[in-house]
Amino acid sequence: MTDLTSLTLAQARDALRKREFSATELVEAYIAAAERARVLNAFVLETPDRARAMARVSDARLAKGEGGALEGLPLGIKDLYCTAGVRTTACSRILENFVPPYESTVTANLWRDGAVLLGKLNNDEFAMGSSNETSCFGPVVSPWRRRGSQQKLVPGGSSGGSAAAVAAGLCVGATGTDTGGSIRQPAAFCGVVGVKPTYGRCSRWGIVAFASSLDQAGPFAHTVGDCAILLRSMAGPDAKDTTCVDLAVPDYEQAVGASIKGMRIGIPKEYRMPGMAAEIEQLWERGAQWLKAAGAETVEISLPMTKYALPAYYIVAPAEASSNLARYDGVRYGLRVPGRDVIAMYQGTRAAGFGKEVRRRVMIGTYVLSAGYYDAYYLRAQKVRTLIKRDFEKCFAEGINAVLAPTTPSAAFGIGEKGRADPIEMYLNDVFTVTANMAGLPGISVPSGLDAQGLPLGLQLVGRPFDEETLFALGAVIEQAAGRFAPAKWW
Amino acid sequence: MSVDADTVRHVARLARIAVKDDEVEPLRGELNAILAFVEQLGEVNVEGVEPMTSVTPMAMKMRQDDVTDGGIADEVLQNAPTRDDHFFVVPKVVE
Repeated sequence: MTDLTSLTLAQARDALRKREFSATELVEAYIAAAERARVLNAFVLETPDRARAMARVSDARLAKGEGGALEGLPLGIKDLYCTAGVRTTACSRILENFVPPYESTVTANLWRDGAVLLGKLNNDEFAMGSSNETSCFGPVVSPWRRRGSQQKLVPGGSSGGSAAAVAAGLCVGATGTDTGGSIRQPAAFCGVVGVKPTYGRCSRWGIVAFASSLDQAGPFAHTVGDCAILLRSMAGPDAKDTTCVDLAVPDYEQAVGASIKGMRIGIPKEYRMPGMAAEIEQLWERGAQWLKAAGAETVEISLPMTKYALPAYYIVAPAEASSNLARYDGVRYGLRVPGRDVIAMYQGTRAAGFGKEVRRRVMIGTYVLSAGYYDAYYLRAQKVRTLIKRDFEKCFAEGINAVLAPTTPSAAFGIGEKGRADPIEMYLNDVFTVTANMAGLPGISVPSGLDAQGLPLGLQLVGRPFDEETLFALGAVIEQAAGRFAPAKWW
Repeated sequence: MSVDADTVRHVARLARIAVKDDEVEPLRGELNAILAFVEQLGEVNVEGVEPMTSVTPMAMKMRQDDVTDGGIADEVLQNAPTRDDHFFVVPKVVE
């Protein structure tokens, strides 16, 4: 029998429906794979008992021909999603013993459709980071290595565990969240597909909040088609989240393989940053050629506000984080450090419970929202955000269907290599991804090639609001041309 | 704009995060690096631009003002670090 963990989600789904193997056999294969890969530190909690119980239920449903869209498919869940009765920490010490009594809407949708929970995946603490190094459980080690090197590389972040787990074959798909690039950047670093849907497409209810006007849930998987299948289940209206839209969810899988003839693809000149690596430029050019060969037209466009997106993000996101994270006070849940009075208890709890990067961002957010600085920082950043969105709206009004750009300025870097002295060095990782969050637009990262050292690189497509279908169609063309990439197994 | 050590201590107090004396100086440097980075927003002409309040144009959803949940005090309190019956316990707040 073939190695079940090497199948794509669509292949596994079809084989389960044909009863070529059982959900129990599939889940056992993944449980074993996760056990063998603990050196990667991708899972912060494995839930094999629950997985086996869910697989048994799936097998019973499949036997009756009543399987749901994801029946029996084993998934990893970013530890930012609340899972009822299963510890959920946001990879922060402040939530290290938190067991939610409720289920996030997105994971509830996945279980409704028959998916199986394999465990909770590592991420940067409260999703604040681009390398998965800020997790209180320690960094995730990428399954990828540079050719001829044993140096440990980062998987990207903040959804680093999700990207690494899919790339290493530890789950058939995974969930992530993307606030400034936290799905697309790790997807690019790990050679897998990652989708950040339009803001409002997926409910945020039950997902630990970082920056509420930017956060959005999305899938990771081996292929564009697999992500389409996952997103269809994850998305949809939710009365518990007033920012979640009341729009019907299309059958995204239908868009995979659809013609892209006549589509107009914008190539934003402002993304051609000074000092950009030649291989990133070549990858970008190759991607444009692939889309042209499939009948699309590429057009140079201008998004003049691009360079201001990252600085504006580093005001808006910390400001919202400082407000969202005010709830961690040692009273209702999470860690408590006793103090002589209530203020000392708050201060001691938050100093001990939050890691360095989280403390830094909460303080920046507090500062930019404080009396006398609100207009100069927060209000100005929100005005710049309006202008960033206008840039895209103008292009879309002129007939552009999607924007093509590299996902990241470089391939993955070594653990401990970046951001030690200067936090900005790490923040610059998100320079190409953050605009989509600021404008609320959908984005997809598709593996598109390897760099000279054998590490994966991704191309990103950003689309019109609620037009994820176009991204799936375009992404499939790139995937078809580029092929798929898997790391050589060393663990 | 840049912050001095007193401002770092003030912001930490507002954020309810205890900061040790030897943490103030490194924090001051890091916060100033971030503030210097965001300074470039000053170049943008935002005259007459509305600040963004909602990234997707949508009307606030309305719902019936009905009680749909409740009676789950045990669940609400289940993660409390310290509780007494159906109450959260905190240090004395009022003298």
